[in-house]
Amino acid sequence: MQPVLIEKLSYAYGTGALARPVLREIDLVVEPGEIVLLTGPSGSGKTTLLTLIGALRGMQDGTCRVLGQELAGATEAQRVELRRRIGFIFQNHNLLGFLTSRQNVAMALELHPGLSERDRLARAGEMLAAVGLSDRTEYRPGQLSGGQRQRVAVARALAVRPGLILADEPTAALDKQSGSDVVHLLRELAKRDGVPILLVTHDPRILDVADRIVAMEDGRIIDPEAEAA
Amino acid sequence: MEASHQTSPRPAEFFLLPLRLAWRQLRAEKARLFSAIAGVMFACVLVFMQLGFRAALFQSTTALLASMRADIFLMHPLTTASFRPETLPRVRASQTFALPEVRAAVPVYLAQAVWRNPENGTRRPVQLVGFDTEAGVMDLPGLAPLIEALKRPDTIAFDRRSRPEFGDVGKILAEQGPFKVQVANKQMEVVGLVDIGASFGADGNIVMSELNFRRIARERIANTVDLVAIKLAPGSDLNAAVARLRALLPGDVMVLAQPDLVAHERAYWENATPIGFIFAFGSLMGLIVGMVIVYQILFSDIASHLKEYATLKAMGYSNAYLGRTVLSAALLLAVLGFVPGMLFSAFLYDVVGKATFLPMGMDVERTLFIFLLIFGMCASAGMLAMRKLRDANPADMF
Repeated sequence: MQPVLIEKLSYAYGTGALARPVLREIDLVVEPGEIVLLTGPSGSGKTTLLTLIGALRGMQDGTCRVLGQELAGATEAQRVELRRRIGFIFQNHNLLGFLTSRQNVAMALELHPGLSERDRLARAGEMLAAVGLSDRTEYRPGQLSGGQRQRVAVARALAVRPGLILADEPTAALDKQSGSDVVHLLRELAKRDGVPILLVTHDPRILDVADRIVAMEDGRIIDPEAEAA
Repeated sequence: MEASHQTSPRPAEFFLLPLRLAWRQLRAEKARLFSAIAGVMFACVLVFMQLGFRAALFQSTTALLASMRADIFLMHPLTTASFRPETLPRVRASQTFALPEVRAAVPVYLAQAVWRNPENGTRRPVQLVGFDTEAGVMDLPGLAPLIEALKRPDTIAFDRRSRPEFGDVGKILAEQGPFKVQVANKQMEVVGLVDIGASFGADGNIVMSELNFRRIARERIANTVDLVAIKLAPGSDLNAAVARLRALLPGDVMVLAQPDLVAHERAYWENATPIGFIFAFGSLMGLIVGMVIVYQILFSDIASHLKEYATLKAMGYSNAYLGRTVLSAALLLAVLGFVPGMLFSAFLYDVVGKATFLPMGMDVERTLFIFLLIFGMCASAGMLAMRKLRDANPADMF
């Protein structure tokens, strides 16, 4: 079963005469364990596509099956449930400023039943160790560098053992070196656990992490079969 | 919204996790937390003072009647408040003896007269209370040891809780024993002190025998009285006696058990004067101001963490969970503001009580009631602020 299976997906902002289509009949498949980069100029619709796959936005036309959940006609409850099985990484780290790194990672685990507080903190500690921050577990985001914060965000996304990771420009706020470090770390951990990644970027410096690059322009996928090194 | 088993693996965590998140968030910004607590505290103190004044005023207005400890009273049905009574025929007192359980029934006379301050000579109206002090019907606090002395002509007992403008009678009495004062242009001898309390209707009270009352209030016709106090034989059924007296007596008297007499007086001040409304209105203003402050704090907390809330939604946190977090924050503020507010109010009660001679005091019932008001105030502020959560749209996060 493919983690992401999209057929004839179209989406428009506004209604009636003012409707502005941003996605036109998209077909896209992400295979298990595959790392897919979505590139394209701004306004090409890639971020909208990501929010649809992430169940953050209601569907309009077409079908979109994510981790076995059909999103066309899904209820809010079904979408909330699906989001718990997806790890999100944002352009900004979006960590809660009043919580330590460990507490931030543990927040993601609170939604998963059967874990005690002790389990959650222990697993958060393991995840932070995996991203090389075992000496920063009790720091707040304000006390960390940009690269360290984004690594905490990676740990938070992976802590729930998601079926899919969605990342939006995760390197945009970082310098070259720390940006590269973060995506390679993400790739390494995802490959270890076999988690597929769909990553939106127009940062040419990180194209090397991809198994496959999908380019978008004007709401269409222009060369779905493009292969990258 | 969603299947609850997904949000609440354990019932305790259903509330405790959002509560902990709310607490951590509040704690992180000390300045904001303290201004919120100050806001709740302000509302709390305001409501405590308003309701405290209200209770004290009602209590003081009924001080005189509450101190008249007999079983049953007769009053004219048109009497609205004890400071301006309608009179009833004195013969009604004798008629009550038709019931075997009535052991004694004494007429009570009420009037106002001018008292001259024994220290500086200033004049002030004082409430006169005259009745058969020997009959043992009314057990006024402090009266028992004075009964013998009050038998003498032109003697009175002074209410030690009268306002200080009447002069420090207690001190003079302690220094030189019984002494003369001028009441209604007549020399009267103060022989002792009783405990009644100042009220709206009367700043001070003096108590005397029926005979001495008539010597002061010469214009009063002896066969009309203001109240009749009745003492029942021990072991009698109070309610049955009230019912039988009502059946027995004509319509120019109202038969009231002692608590009902106090309630009747209180009802006048509550309903026929703006006092009750004024203090309720003042309390409401305090609550509204407090609610606006708490709302502002919670709203700006949400607004400045909108991205983080949206992130939590993207991670699969439901609106309901975040709503519980906001409500938890409101309730934490309620508790954190109420406790210092209550302590400060207790201090103010003490200060105000000493300055105004009003009986200001904390009581459990009012404290709980005010806590519920503050709780409700914070909860409604939380509900209003929760609407802002809708702006935390995870689709805008990318």
